[in-house]
Amino acid sequence: MKKIATGNKAVAEAVKQAVPTVVAAYPITPQTEIVEQIAEFVSGGELKSRYIPVESEHSAMAACIGASITGIRTFTATSSHGLLYMHEMTNWAAGARLPIVMANVNRSIGPGWNIWAEHTDSLQERDTGWLQVYVSTVQEAYDATIMAFRIAEHNDVLLPVMVNLDGFLLSHIMQPLDTVEIGDFIPPTHLPYAIDVKNPTGYGGLTGTEEHYKMRWDIERSMRDSVKVIEETEKDFAKRFGRRYGFTENYQCDDAEVIVVAMGTLGKEAEVAIDLLRKEGIKAGSLRIRWLRPFPNLKILKGKQVVVVDRDYSFGRGGILATEIMAQTKEEVFSVIAGIGGQEVTFEDVAEFVRKRRIGTEVWFGVSNNV
Amino acid sequence: MLKCTSACAGCSDSLALRYVLKAAGPDTVLVVPACCTSVIQGIYPNTAFNVPVYNIAFGAAAACASGMSNAFRAAGKKTNVIVYAGDGGTLDIGIQAMSGAFERGTDFLYICYDNEAYGNTGMQRSGGTPLGAKTTTTPAGKTEAKKDIDAIIAAHDPPYQATAAAAYPQDLFKKVQKALTFRGPSFIHILAPCPPGWRYSTEKTVEMGKLAVKSGMWVLYEREYGKLTIGAQSKVAMKKPIPLEDYLAPQGRFKGIDPKTVEIIRQRLAKNLSKLAAEEAAP
Amino acid sequence: MFEIRIHSRGGQGGVTAARLLALAAIHDGKYATAAPFYGAERRGAPIVSFVRIDDKPIRVYSQIKKPDMVVVLDASVMDVVDVLQGLKSGGKVLVNSQQKKEFGGYLSSNVDLTGIALKEKLVVSGNPILNTPVIGALAKMGVVSVDSAKKAIREMFSDERNVTVAEAAYKEMSA
Ligand SMILES: Cc1ncc(C[n+]2csc(CCOP(=O)(O)OP(=O)(O)O)c2C)c(N)n1
Ligand code: SF4
Ligand SMILES: [Mg+2]
Repeated sequence: MKKIATGNKAVAEAVKQAVPTVVAAYPITPQTEIVEQIAEFVSGGELKSRYIPVESEHSAMAACIGASITGIRTFTATSSHGLLYMHEMTNWAAGARLPIVMANVNRSIGPGWNIWAEHTDSLQERDTGWLQVYVSTVQEAYDATIMAFRIAEHNDVLLPVMVNLDGFLLSHIMQPLDTVEIGDFIPPTHLPYAIDVKNPTGYGGLTGTEEHYKMRWDIERSMRDSVKVIEETEKDFAKRFGRRYGFTENYQCDDAEVIVVAMGTLGKEAEVAIDLLRKEGIKAGSLRIRWLRPFPNLKILKGKQVVVVDRDYSFGRGGILATEIMAQTKEEVFSVIAGIGGQEVTFEDVAEFVRKRRIGTEVWFGVSNNV
Repeated sequence: MLKCTSACAGCSDSLALRYVLKAAGPDTVLVVPACCTSVIQGIYPNTAFNVPVYNIAFGAAAACASGMSNAFRAAGKKTNVIVYAGDGGTLDIGIQAMSGAFERGTDFLYICYDNEAYGNTGMQRSGGTPLGAKTTTTPAGKTEAKKDIDAIIAAHDPPYQATAAAAYPQDLFKKVQKALTFRGPSFIHILAPCPPGWRYSTEKTVEMGKLAVKSGMWVLYEREYGKLTIGAQSKVAMKKPIPLEDYLAPQGRFKGIDPKTVEIIRQRLAKNLSKLAAEEAAP
Repeated sequence: MFEIRIHSRGGQGGVTAARLLALAAIHDGKYATAAPFYGAERRGAPIVSFVRIDDKPIRVYSQIKKPDMVVVLDASVMDVVDVLQGLKSGGKVLVNSQQKKEFGGYLSSNVDLTGIALKEKLVVSGNPILNTPVIGALAKMGVVSVDSAKKAIREMFSDERNVTVAEAAYKEMSA
């Protein structure tokens, strides 16, 4: 059926398909609608999950950890300060190899209080061992959340997955949504080391200097193995439900001389900029990063001029995406910092970034007068 | 408090704050975690208050105030450090920091204005939401009782602790002034009815607070060095309470509440009143 | 792409109107997005919501700056907000009002949505419902088809009076 839904609602609908046994979550703008919708599904009997209305995000993630280690499926959702408050536990979830799925609605970080879109919150989690995907439409939020469960729980992965959607721009916008019956798309949860009183084991206790690094390496090995699992899952999803996704979404890249790289809704808006630039005779393309962890290979950027639009920043270093891309491609880029704290960035602005690009430099949109 | 606030019409959080600031005077700093009060201040570069306001993360108000109070005292300053936090920031996410600050004897006043839900994010349940109340995360009514934060505070044995209601401003004013005369931590718990959250029309805000007191659902008292004194208004209510239904019925959040739940509320109410009466009567 | 900006006050259903309109457009086989623009403003404050309708998937997320059409659900917001801001020349303005008001350079229409809702006693907590009748008026203006408008309303509301008021608005619409 043709429906219309917000990004938040789409995530909740996806959770309804995956039926986690336990959902533990805490409200925060602009994610709250996810929590409320799930509470309503559970209360109305539409979703057979236990919903734990915890007293903080630290507890939300800790509750998911406690539930997950018994071998069942879990879900939570948060945003911004909620994610930061969870940080100790997000590390724990990945280190403990628990396939928890979380939706993060990207929002800026205080002070001052600002509830609008920015990617710095989830990017501060990039070294925790979570897989991260960034979506750009309501439909993609739904599809990615469903796939997240299968990828996380795959026994070659067994790592948590974070689905990121832009605050308000996507969480609150209404777009068409096609819901599916997933059938056996996500196999039953099987955690090989689930708690079992018949087979008593200690978890996460003291670990010596000759063991700890091996466990860390094991996380990285699974992260690398996840590439194949992601590809397989997205392929099977396309086969069953007709919508195809990849590590990146490339638009008019093949013959492009200059490529705009961005994430989330800005990555979609950039495509409109490309149409504009192509009309002017500028051979431009756009590449939207979907999976940030594991990071895509980006061979397609070889030999092209690259303009990176970062809705985030690492103080003292640069745009986080720009830094990652330069490390991967060994090429200089034109780095634009735009959209911080919900700053309005239009496709016309993005086109202007491309026209005025100066490879090897960085500008803050609205601060530097160069663009 | 200046006039650029962006509170909802009929908001008793902002009403109460007006009296708190008046009572506290100019040598005061307000520490505010994420809550409706963060919104009421208006948007940068505006501010609706005429004392410094330090905004801090949701779970951190009491700890932040600990640092500030110690810094002022180290500098020989008597500046009042007042935390003004919601029920979520107090009973839920902030309870650890609050307990720590009380246990350490921090010289500050902690005020919890209680609208019995997460107002800032659109009325989800909190530990302060009463049994049976509908919120956006308890669409069928909350199945657990309100957390007794006053008993938890009492267990820390602070020099001064009180309850108040936005509907009784003079009582509130006096309690704030008194609390600030004590050294060490003091606590005031203010009932702050909220029209959109409790689902009643805006002009009934003061009436709602009075109904809470008259029905005995909210008891006004002070506890000074452990000695409990119940306020005159609540004494009246304890002798001759108005029916509980008179308090519940005007509130949309209790609409369709199951009579069994009402009975449990009634029993808990009676138990709480007799507990307080016994404590006051004890030598 | 056809871009519409809806002006209302918080609590009047401007966001739901946007949603209904987008849903109706989708039923017409088009692509549509509806976006509320949130501020820290509370109940009763002037708000805007946006609808985009196109034959192709919509990839623009930034705010509508040059709408093709402006809808004013509460005429009193015109005292505090310049509702014509950015409106394309020759663009359309629909105002909920008994009287027609001319706006130089724009095509103006009016319909008494409030009166229509009150006549059907379609009132929720004291506010007449404006979001369903306005869809009828917009169908008359050719933004969406009548059938899709009704279908969208029925999907979102079980009270059939919502369809009645949309039909009434369709009939009463001036030009
Ligand atoms: C760590 C963290 N989690 C969640 C939030 C979102 N948040 C902001 S205020 C609030 C609720 C506040 O409730 P309460 O303390 O009762 O104050 P009220 O809004 O009712 O005045 C929430 C959940 C946040 N800012 N930070
Ligand atoms: S939600 Fe309630 S407490 Fe918050 S500003 Fe509005 S009336 Fe006040
Ligand atoms: Mg509250």
